[in-house]
Amino acid sequence: MKTDIILAGVGGQGILSIATILGAAALEAGLFLKQAEVHGMSQRGGDVQSNLRISSNPVHSDLIPLGGADIIVSLEPMEALRYLPYLKPEGWIVTSTLPFKNIPNYPDEEALMAELHKCKHLVAFDMDAVAKEVGSVRASNMVLLGAASPYIDIPQNDIEKAIAKIFGAKGEKIVEMNIAAFRAGKAKA
Amino acid sequence: MKEKRLLLGDEAFALGTINAGLSGAYAYPGTPSTEITEYIQENPVAKERRIHSHWSSNEKTAMESALGMSYCGKRAYVAMKHVGLNVAADPFVNSAMTGANGGLLVVAADDPSMHSSQNEQDSRFYADFALLPALEPSNQQEAYDMAAYGFELSEKFKLPVLVRFVTRLSHSRGVVEVDTEAAPENALSYPDDQRRWVLMPVNSKARYPKLIEDYAALEKIAETSPFNSLSAGSDMRLGIIASGIAYNYLNEVFDGKCPFPVLKISQYPIPTALVQQLSDRTESLLVIEEGQPFIEQKLRGTLNLRPRLYGKLSGQLPRTGELTPDAVRDCIASLCPDVISPRETTPDVPRQVVMPRPPALCQGCGHRDVYHALIDTMKEYASPRVFGDIGCYTLGWLSPFNAIDTVVDMGASITMAKGAADAGQHPAVAIIGDSTFTHSGMTGLLDAINENSNVLIIISDNYTTGMTGGQDSQGTGKLYEICMGLGVDPDHLHMIDSLPKNYEDMKALFKKEIDYPGCSVIISERECIQTARRHAKQIKK
Repeated sequence: MKTDIILAGVGGQGILSIATILGAAALEAGLFLKQAEVHGMSQRGGDVQSNLRISSNPVHSDLIPLGGADIIVSLEPMEALRYLPYLKPEGWIVTSTLPFKNIPNYPDEEALMAELHKCKHLVAFDMDAVAKEVGSVRASNMVLLGAASPYIDIPQNDIEKAIAKIFGAKGEKIVEMNIAAFRAGKAKA
Repeated sequence: MKEKRLLLGDEAFALGTINAGLSGAYAYPGTPSTEITEYIQENPVAKERRIHSHWSSNEKTAMESALGMSYCGKRAYVAMKHVGLNVAADPFVNSAMTGANGGLLVVAADDPSMHSSQNEQDSRFYADFALLPALEPSNQQEAYDMAAYGFELSEKFKLPVLVRFVTRLSHSRGVVEVDTEAAPENALSYPDDQRRWVLMPVNSKARYPKLIEDYAALEKIAETSPFNSLSAGSDMRLGIIASGIAYNYLNEVFDGKCPFPVLKISQYPIPTALVQQLSDRTESLLVIEEGQPFIEQKLRGTLNLRPRLYGKLSGQLPRTGELTPDAVRDCIASLCPDVISPRETTPDVPRQVVMPRPPALCQGCGHRDVYHALIDTMKEYASPRVFGDIGCYTLGWLSPFNAIDTVVDMGASITMAKGAADAGQHPAVAIIGDSTFTHSGMTGLLDAINENSNVLIIISDNYTTGMTGGQDSQGTGKLYEICMGLGVDPDHLHMIDSLPKNYEDMKALFKKEIDYPGCSVIISERECIQTARRHAKQIKK
C-alpha cells in the first residue's frame, strides 16, 4: 500500500500536528514514511504545506511528484486548491470550508467554493463548527484528520492510539476531546 | 541495541552525534539548521552528560569554540545555515591548516529555493576551497550514520569534516534505526603536532604541502566510502551521477530500478576513479545534484572538453530552485524518451481564486509598532532611507509597511546606514533586531560611534531570536550597557517600550534623534508575542 498526502493550511493552524500523529501511527503500524515540511519565514501567517508519504515499501523521495498525491488534507479552502497540480486525477480533497482571511485580496467565497466543487472526490465542511460541538475549536485539526482517515491506508486503531500518545502529556480530558473530534470528523466523511 | 525512531534529518544527525560521544554542540540559529542544536538541548543523555549546547553569538564564535574543544581532544560539532558559513569562513578555512584533534564536524544547511534565505549558495564549494572532506547525506538514516562516520574520518585524518544538509533533508522526517546507547566521550588530550596550531608563516608553509597530500588521500578514501557507490546498469547510453538527496529523486523516477549505471556521491572529494569508470563505460554523463552545479562544473572545466555532459549548466535541469522528482523526470525523458515517457499534464492552480499568502509580522508584535511610528516620522523628510537587517522585521519590507529599503546580511543595516551617511544621505536609519545586533551589529556600531556618523540606529529588541522559533538571544538585558560600553553618547541613547500607547512618544523620539547630526541609538523593547505566549503557558503549568 502507499498513500501520498499533502497537508495544507496557514502558518499556526496546526497542520504539523496532523503530520506528527499520522507519522507516529505509521511507525506503530510498521510502515515506511517520509514527511517533508518547511520551517522558518513561511510559518509567520503564510501558506504552509507538508508532504507526507506512507508506504509498505521504502519511500525514495521526500517530495510528492506532480499529479501524485492521493489526497489533499487542508484546514482552509483556498489553501486546498493551491496544491491542485499535485493531486491525482482520481484523488480526494478533504478540507474545512471556513476561510482564514489574513490577506486583503481573499477571493470571492462563492467562486472559491464553486472551484472546489469541481473536484470529483470532495469532503468539505466547516471543521471548526464540528470541533465546537464536541468540545473546542482547537480540536478542528483532529476533525479534519478524522474526515481524511477513511482515505488513508493506516489502521484506524493506530491513528487513535497515536492521538492518545501525542496528547497524553496534556491529560486524559484533552485526549478524550481530541478522539471525540477525530470520530466526529470521520462520521462526517 | 537498535530501535526505530521517526526523526527529522536535523534530529537524526543530532542524535547520531550524541551516540557517537559528542562533548560540545556550537551553533547560531539559522533555518534550516536550528533543529539540530535544539534537539541536543532537549535530549536527556545530553543533559545528563552536560554536553555543551548553549547558543553562540554568531557562527564565527561558534566555529572557533568548536575548534577549541577539538584542540582538547573532544568531539564537537558546529552547525549553521549556509550563509552562516560566510560568517565562519575565516576560522573554517584556517581550520584546514590547523586541522582537528578530537573529531570536528562543521554542519552547513543549504536552502535551495530560498524558503527562508537570501541566496542559494552551495556549501560544497567551501569544503573544496578549504581542501576539506565533505559528507552529503541523502536520507535521514545517512544523516544519523554520518555523525559517527564523520567523527572517525575527522580523527583519522586530523581534519574537520564538512557535513552538507539541504532544507528537504533537514526538515523531512523519516524512520531511522538508531543505537539505544551512547558511546563514551573522548578524554581530554592535546594534539601530537603542536606547531600546526600556530598559524605563523613558518608553520603554515610547512603545513600546506601536507594538506594537499592529505587531500589526495581523502579522494582515495571517497572511492571506497560506504556512502558512495557505482551500480552496473544495463543501458550504457547514459551514466548518471547523483549526489545527496538527488539520488532519491532519481530512484523515485525509476522506482529504484534505474536501467542506467548510477554513481551515487555522498562523500567528497569527488571520487575521480569512480567517475572515470562510469565515463569509460557510457556514451554520455548526466549530473543530478541539489544546489549549484558543483560536480558538473568540476567535470566540465572551463574548456568544456566533455561535450556530452548534461546537467544544470547544459540546461537539462533547472539552474535555480530546488530539485524535484518532476525536474529529474523531465530531464531524463528529454534525454532518453524511450525509457521515460514525458509527464502527463496536471491541472494548473486556479489563479482566479488562489491568491498568494505571504508571511507577515504577528498581531501583537512590537516590530509592528516600531514600523508604524517610523514610517509616520519619515513622512516629514524629503528623501529618507531605512537600512534593514535579517530577522522577523525583514517582513517590514512587505505591505502594509513598505518600511525598509535594503536587506543584505546579518549586521549590514548599521554599516550600510553609516556608509550612506558618509555619502551625504539624511535621514539614514538602521533597524536591527537584538539577536542580529549581538551577532554582527556591535562592531559596525563602533565604527559609527568613532566617526560620530549621522545615523539613527533602532535596535528593535524582542528578547529572542524570533524568526527561527524563539531561541535565547545573547544580548538580552545587556543592550543598553553594550551600547554605553561601545561609547554611544548617553544623551543620544534611549530605551522605549514599543507599545501602541507609546506611538506619539516613539515618533517624537525618532524625530529628535534623526535631527541630531550624529550617531544615536534607540532601543525599542517588547517581548516577542510568540515567546510571551509560551512563557505564559509555562507559568500556568
